[in-house]
Amino acid sequence: MKLFKNLLESVKPHFEKGGKLEKLYPVYDGFATFLFVPGHTAHSGAHVRDGIDLKRTMITVVLALVPALLFGMWNVGYQHYKALGETVGFWDQFLFGAIKVVPMVVVSYAVGLGIEFAFCVIKKHQINEGYLVTGMLIPLIMPVDIPLWMVALSVVFAVVLGKEVFGGTGMNILNPALTARAFAFFAYPSYMSGDKVWINTSTEAGQSVVDGYSGATALGELATTGSTSLSPMDMFIGSIPGSIGETSVIAILIGAAILLITGIGSWRIMFSALLGGVAMGLIFNWVAPYATSPEQQSFMGTPFWQHLIMGGFAFGIVFMATDPVSAAQTTRGKWIYGFLVGLLCIMIRVFNPAYPEGVMMAILFMNVMAPLIDHYVIEANIKRRKKRVQVKVKTA
Amino acid sequence: MSDLIKIKRGVDIKLVGKAEQLYGNTEQPETFALKPTDFPGIRVKLSVKEGDEVKAGTPILYNKDRKEVKFCSPVSGEIAEIVRGDKRKLLEIRILADKEIQYQDFGAGDAKTMDREAVKEKLLASGCWPLIRQRPYNIVANPERTPKAIFISCFDTAPLAADIDFVVHGQENEFQAGIDALARLTDGKIHLGVDGRTNPSTVFTNCKGVELHRFRGPHPAGNVGVQIHNIDPINRGDAVWTLNPQDVIIIGRLFLSGKFDANINVAVAGSEVSKPRYTKVVLGTSVKNILEGNVSQNKNRYISGNVLTGTRIKPDGYLGFYDRQITVIPEGDQDQFFGWITPNPNKFSISRTLVSWMQPNKKYRLDTAMNGEERAFVVTGEYEKVFPFDIYPVQLLKSIMIKDIESMENLGIYEVVEEDFALCEVVCTSKIPVQETVREGLDLMLKELGD
Repeated sequence: MKLFKNLLESVKPHFEKGGKLEKLYPVYDGFATFLFVPGHTAHSGAHVRDGIDLKRTMITVVLALVPALLFGMWNVGYQHYKALGETVGFWDQFLFGAIKVVPMVVVSYAVGLGIEFAFCVIKKHQINEGYLVTGMLIPLIMPVDIPLWMVALSVVFAVVLGKEVFGGTGMNILNPALTARAFAFFAYPSYMSGDKVWINTSTEAGQSVVDGYSGATALGELATTGSTSLSPMDMFIGSIPGSIGETSVIAILIGAAILLITGIGSWRIMFSALLGGVAMGLIFNWVAPYATSPEQQSFMGTPFWQHLIMGGFAFGIVFMATDPVSAAQTTRGKWIYGFLVGLLCIMIRVFNPAYPEGVMMAILFMNVMAPLIDHYVIEANIKRRKKRVQVKVKTA
Repeated sequence: MSDLIKIKRGVDIKLVGKAEQLYGNTEQPETFALKPTDFPGIRVKLSVKEGDEVKAGTPILYNKDRKEVKFCSPVSGEIAEIVRGDKRKLLEIRILADKEIQYQDFGAGDAKTMDREAVKEKLLASGCWPLIRQRPYNIVANPERTPKAIFISCFDTAPLAADIDFVVHGQENEFQAGIDALARLTDGKIHLGVDGRTNPSTVFTNCKGVELHRFRGPHPAGNVGVQIHNIDPINRGDAVWTLNPQDVIIIGRLFLSGKFDANINVAVAGSEVSKPRYTKVVLGTSVKNILEGNVSQNKNRYISGNVLTGTRIKPDGYLGFYDRQITVIPEGDQDQFFGWITPNPNKFSISRTLVSWMQPNKKYRLDTAMNGEERAFVVTGEYEKVFPFDIYPVQLLKSIMIKDIESMENLGIYEVVEEDFALCEVVCTSKIPVQETVREGLDLMLKELGD
């Protein structure tokens, strides 16, 4: 501890006014405040302050993502060896996955934080912690086989056009992680959808993919054939093909518990999104017999509760829809926003002709709508206040 | 009895060092001071110079734009020093007090037989007037206006606050006389907000000519702003006046004895006070005698008022005009290694990201650390947990930041003052200077629209 302190003190003069690296002060400040929460005391207003700060908030979300990350690593290996028809131990599976996933995480953080630092230096701002979460989310919502340069490019797009052009952390309209995914999805659709991308099937000498192997996700199968070979239990545990972090409902629930217990994630959004998903699922179940094609009939007839454990629904409503910056900000707005996210997720998923998933689109769409929802919620509050005066005038 | 209004949103920050219900003996300090900084939104001018002799009730300052509003000396003695800051801004007018206070005589009188103008004149002449504050804007009341009602909160829920029932004990007559005088000033009612969790003092429950309202809930239930919002909210064009119960008593004494007798009882509290208890002082007292030998040897923060809204003072500073409490807590100027992830059981948080949430009844020895740096607004829903108004706090703050007067008005700025936002500032993850911002908004409105 003393060591760090001395180190920081010794390099500090270079970064201060007049120093050689004066312009890089935000970078120095970023590292210094990462190591030590500065002993600043309250100057104006309240003399005591809550123990929380943005670093703690963000790190709590990152911790909540760790179960999904670890499970994702294992699942990448598990799916790989399953496709090759080989039985290997747990650690071999995990190691294989780690070798695939860790570079994606590293690339995401390196590129994203690099841009963030650069913008802070240009704008002479302090470094905001927002990217800590985004940087972890981006690899978790990508398929494992996506090339690293695509990850990097998506990050650049998301951070620059999704966030910095709006003014940086706290000012963005869209969720940056989903912006990255949307970019990759539209720029490189063949790497982001279909039934080849979810499982790494690279083979070495003497290995081959087993006959009759399918790498399709549950939703992919449902959309094309109307049924899926994956059992609900597998979907719940997460040993199925899919984006790295999205498959395991159990791991996501652990994350959700962390967010809800600490109070960092909005329970209103999570709960209302769940309600929205259930509602749409039930509506589909009800109208399924009237669908035009037999595939549609059986896709719509999928029991509503299965929608909740398939695809990215759980991951989306726990980690994406709850992003406080891009979600609705008023209490009532959160209920409406969450409900519509859930509703649209399932609706787009079933009706989307191009791609059988709707979580990304639903959340991005609702991100755009969130300010409008808030606007009307606040207008209602203003009207209430104005009405108070009118009532008085009448009675007077 | 009266209606019970439950306040759900808010939080009680439990601190170590609550004042014991005893009066400590302190010698009368040598100096007293009036601090113009206690009166936001107005420009004051001096009516004395250094070396002048004054009595208790002699005007020292007056409002430049409304000359009838005078700020009078609480004690008799000699003007010792006029302290100025940057650009010759008046900071303190220090008075070297006589051993025995000489009072200027304003003549006793029964307010019930006086008309509104006579009561007003008496309050203005004696220096009692500034004790009355006006909302919107939290300023000294404008004597040309007639408030739609007067509100007095008779309990204080702020951390380590003085027990008002205790400090007003035995002053029924003075309180009633004060209420009688105030009743002359409004066509509306006088509302008293009392604590629904306890048996309020008979000083309040036996008071005549008032309407009692019981409030139950965590801080800020004791804030008069919350009470106004629930009883009779302030609309555009309205003005209401507010007072502290002890100030009603000072006004009462004026009518009973003809003197500006500014004796008050204050709580001396906080984790760094060796013997936290109450003490009898005069308005504007130096805190030196009260604290000397009674505080720990640490680096301390001395606060006139409570930890949420009080003003930082020096250990030999002066009690603020509206403060009825002195708090001493440790400074928190130490860097904390990886402080953003350590469990910090000794820090307070409304989130459950620190382990302290598992000890709901823990009393904290909080210091003044910010626990982080200022950031953009990110977290939502946080202010709303501690802000029991039908107002959107973040949106209102943002409208203040962009100086959008129409939005500020629409979003309810007339109903709030700095203290109502104090808890928002405490819990803010992004460490935004909330109270300062609210004050800027109020000053801007005042400048544009007048009082």
